[in-house]
Amino acid sequence: MKGEDLCKSFEDEVILDDLSISVCHGELLAIIGPSGVGKTTLLRILNGLLPPDRGKVWLMDEVLKFENDSDLEARRKMALLSQEPFPLSKTVWDNVAYPLRLRDEDEVEERVTDALEHVNLLEMADRMANNLSSGELQRMAFARATVFEPKVLLLDEFTAHLDPYNITVLEDAVEWYVDEKNAAVVMVTHNLFQAKRISHTTALLLEKQIVERGKTEKIFEEPEDDRTQGFVNGEMVF
Amino acid sequence: MAADLLHVTLLSMFVSVSATLLASAMAVPLGTIMGLREFRGKEVVRTVTYTLYGFPPVVAGLLIYLMLSRQGPLGSLNLLFTPTAMILAQMVLVFPIVTGLTMSSVSEVAKDVKETAMTLGADRWQTAKTVLNEARIGVISAVMVGFGRAIAEVGAVIIVGGNIKWHTRVLTTAIVLETRRGNFEYALVLGVVLLSVALMVFLVLKRYQDKGIRI
Repeated sequence: MKGEDLCKSFEDEVILDDLSISVCHGELLAIIGPSGVGKTTLLRILNGLLPPDRGKVWLMDEVLKFENDSDLEARRKMALLSQEPFPLSKTVWDNVAYPLRLRDEDEVEERVTDALEHVNLLEMADRMANNLSSGELQRMAFARATVFEPKVLLLDEFTAHLDPYNITVLEDAVEWYVDEKNAAVVMVTHNLFQAKRISHTTALLLEKQIVERGKTEKIFEEPEDDRTQGFVNGEMVF
Repeated sequence: MAADLLHVTLLSMFVSVSATLLASAMAVPLGTIMGLREFRGKEVVRTVTYTLYGFPPVVAGLLIYLMLSRQGPLGSLNLLFTPTAMILAQMVLVFPIVTGLTMSSVSEVAKDVKETAMTLGADRWQTAKTVLNEARIGVISAVMVGFGRAIAEVGAVIIVGGNIKWHTRVLTTAIVLETRRGNFEYALVLGVVLLSVALMVFLVLKRYQDKGIRI
């Protein structure tokens, strides 16, 4: 997946300015940056939910058109997991089966079981999704987002406000998904420890641009840009 | 008297259920589209729709009467003083209520559900179906309120139906007639039957509200 020369403004405020970013199969890319810098906006553009003012988004050989159903095939190859997922008013099982039913896919039972097992939720399959705790809900949302095996997984602060057990389950599940399915994952976070723990590569989004991008160890230990150095050391850099 | 009671009850149900179903068949899709889409003038449409909730039944009856009377544009259809005319009059009253309440229910859940459905790979129709399913409690309540308005309605149906025995007399118009005649006991019986009919229909609709539709 590649975002090329992306520009986005809301009213008169420029959020992204000529930003380019790409992610490959089997890569877990963390996008870090202070709150309000445009990380979520970038993910929504990459997912086809929000059209950029300028620039293109490529998914393999396809360019997203950002028009109703014209991007359906491309959208069906990716999934977005947000900080506060919305549970459909169905059971956990039916929520996870929902993307498969949208695609008329086979082996629904087997695939839903597998997806729920990976996030330790199989025993709650018959519960109504809107009765789950926030951690359980996020685990269900992860199962729902990965059950159809998207090639690109976009994670937006996916463990914010969760307890350590749920964070561990979800981080393990993400790492398993990248390795097992050779998927490309873009993870937006302001939790630097999380980026350090699980990402392969890290990019710092600051001042409407990607300031620096590289292997995670390098970004955290030997960054080239002073702003990156400052940000990973917890200094005010904006 | 029993045969008369049965006839007015069945005709009441036929007229009001038909009017509610026909109006809802147009109002629910329209309300869903209006709730899902942002367009110029949406606030004006919303305000007009809400204003029409209070559309006076006698005015609705008068308009339908003028359209169906011999000199009216639909006079050649000979529908005046028939159950069809009563259905049309009730539809005019039910339509804005179901449209407006559907629009509100859909608007309430639209953003979250639409985004969830789209990120999981739903096309436009699947998204609309999912939103409608999530808004079903409100949408079915809208149909219930619409039916309530129809079954309790008297002003419009008496104008376009004429309250003709064995032909266009329904529970509400029969209550008016019996009260004028001083047959209060029978009028009260008709009232109890009217409430029972409403309760029965609400119970049927509530089942759908609880179950939802499978996607």
